[in-house]
Amino acid sequence: MTVQTHDPVPHRAKPDWLWYVGVPAVGVALYLLYGQLIPISEWVTALFPVDRHSHTGEAIAFFVYDVPKVLLLLTGIVFVTGVLRSWFSPEKTRAILAGKREIWGYPLAALLGVLTPFCSCSSVPLFIGFVSAGIPLGVTFSFLIAGPMVGPVGLGLLYGLVGWKIATIYLVFGFSIATVAGVILGRMGLERYLQDWVRELNAGPAGDLPEAQLTLVDRLRIGLEQLREILGKVWIWVLVGIGIGAAIHGFVPEEMMLRIMGGDAWWSVPAAVVVGVPMYTNAAGVIPIVEALLGKGAALGTTLAFMMSVIALSLPEMIILKQVLTLRLIAIFIAVVSSGILATGYLFNLLL
Amino acid sequence: MKTVKVYGPGCARCTTTEQMVKDAAARIGVEVAVEKITDAKSIAIAGVMSTPGIAVDGKLVHAGGLPDAAKLETWLQG
Repeated sequence: MTVQTHDPVPHRAKPDWLWYVGVPAVGVALYLLYGQLIPISEWVTALFPVDRHSHTGEAIAFFVYDVPKVLLLLTGIVFVTGVLRSWFSPEKTRAILAGKREIWGYPLAALLGVLTPFCSCSSVPLFIGFVSAGIPLGVTFSFLIAGPMVGPVGLGLLYGLVGWKIATIYLVFGFSIATVAGVILGRMGLERYLQDWVRELNAGPAGDLPEAQLTLVDRLRIGLEQLREILGKVWIWVLVGIGIGAAIHGFVPEEMMLRIMGGDAWWSVPAAVVVGVPMYTNAAGVIPIVEALLGKGAALGTTLAFMMSVIALSLPEMIILKQVLTLRLIAIFIAVVSSGILATGYLFNLLL
Repeated sequence: MKTVKVYGPGCARCTTTEQMVKDAAARIGVEVAVEKITDAKSIAIAGVMSTPGIAVDGKLVHAGGLPDAAKLETWLQG
C-alpha cells in the first residue's frame, strides 16, 4: 500500500489554561443543569397533549427525565474514569500481576480489571499477553470478569438512578463474584482447555515501550477522547434502554411485575439469568431498565441477577474469547460465573 | 521507505490510526508502506496487549489508544 496524498491538517493544540478553566467550568455548568432536570422534564412532558397521570404520560415523563439524566451522568463518569485510567495500562497491570501466585492475586486482579483501560475488542491479545507472562489462568479470569461487571459506568448510573445502597451491594457482590469465580476456575486446572495454539504460543515479551510522560492536560485530553468515543457508541443503547424502562414504568401493572419478578417465584432468578445472557447491551442501556423494574416492585435479587448477567456475560464477548478458549472452557466459565450470579440473586431475595 | 505495521482487530480506532500514520507520513514527506495486522495471534506475538499498536520497521513504538500526531512524525523520521 502506498501513501495517499492528503492535505496536511495543521494540528494546533489548545493552550493549557483553556483546559484548566474550561473543564471545571463545563463541570459546574453540567452540575447545575443536572439539578434542574425535574422542572425541565416536567415542563417538556406538559407540552405533550396527554394526561400526566395516564400510562402514556407516565412513560413520557420517565423518558424525558431519564435521557438527559443518564447522558449527563455518563458524561461525568466517562470523563473522570478516562482521566483516572490514564495512570494505568494493560502493560503495567501485567507487570504487577505477573508473579502474584498467592491468593490475593485474585482480588488484586479484580481491582485492576476495574482500573485498567481495555476494550473488549482487544481482550484476545490481552488474554494471551497475560497467560504467556505466566499470570495464572484464574487470576486472568478475575481480571476479565471484574472489568465489565463492576465498571464505573454501571456503578455510577446505579448510584444516580437507583441509589447508593443498591450501588454498594452491587459493587461488593460483583467484586466478590469476580474474585471467587477466578479462584474456582484457577483451582480447576483448566490450562489444557485453552486452544492449542495458545498453549504452544510463546508470545514475546511485551514490547518494552518507554512509559509515556503525560502532563495533566494530556490526561484531560484522554478523558475527552474517551467521552467522545464512548458516548458516540452507547447513546443508541441508552435511548433503547430508557425506552424499554419507560414502557415498563408506564404500562406494566405492578401486580404482573410481582408475579413474574417478585421474590416468591423461585424460578424468577434463573429465568432472569437466562434472559440476561444473550441480551447484548451495556451497563448504560440496562440500568434504566433496572430502575423501572425496581420501581414496579421487582425483587432486588432477581433484578440484580438480571443486571449482572446482562453486563458480565455477553455472547459477543464469548465469541471473541472462542479464539483462545475451547468451547468446553467457555461453558465452564459461564457455569461458574452464573452460579455466582444465581447465588447473589437468591441471597437477596431471601434476605429482603 | 519505512514499513509500518498497525496492530488491531479492526475497531474504529485502528482504522483512524492507520489514516493518521498515512497523514503524518505525507506531512513530513516520508514514504511508508502501511500494513494492518488484524489476526489476534500475530498481534499477541508482537507483544501488543492494548490496541491499536504501531511498529515502525519492526520496532514497537506505541500501544493502546490513538497516537499523538506529533509523536507519529518523530517515529516516522527516526
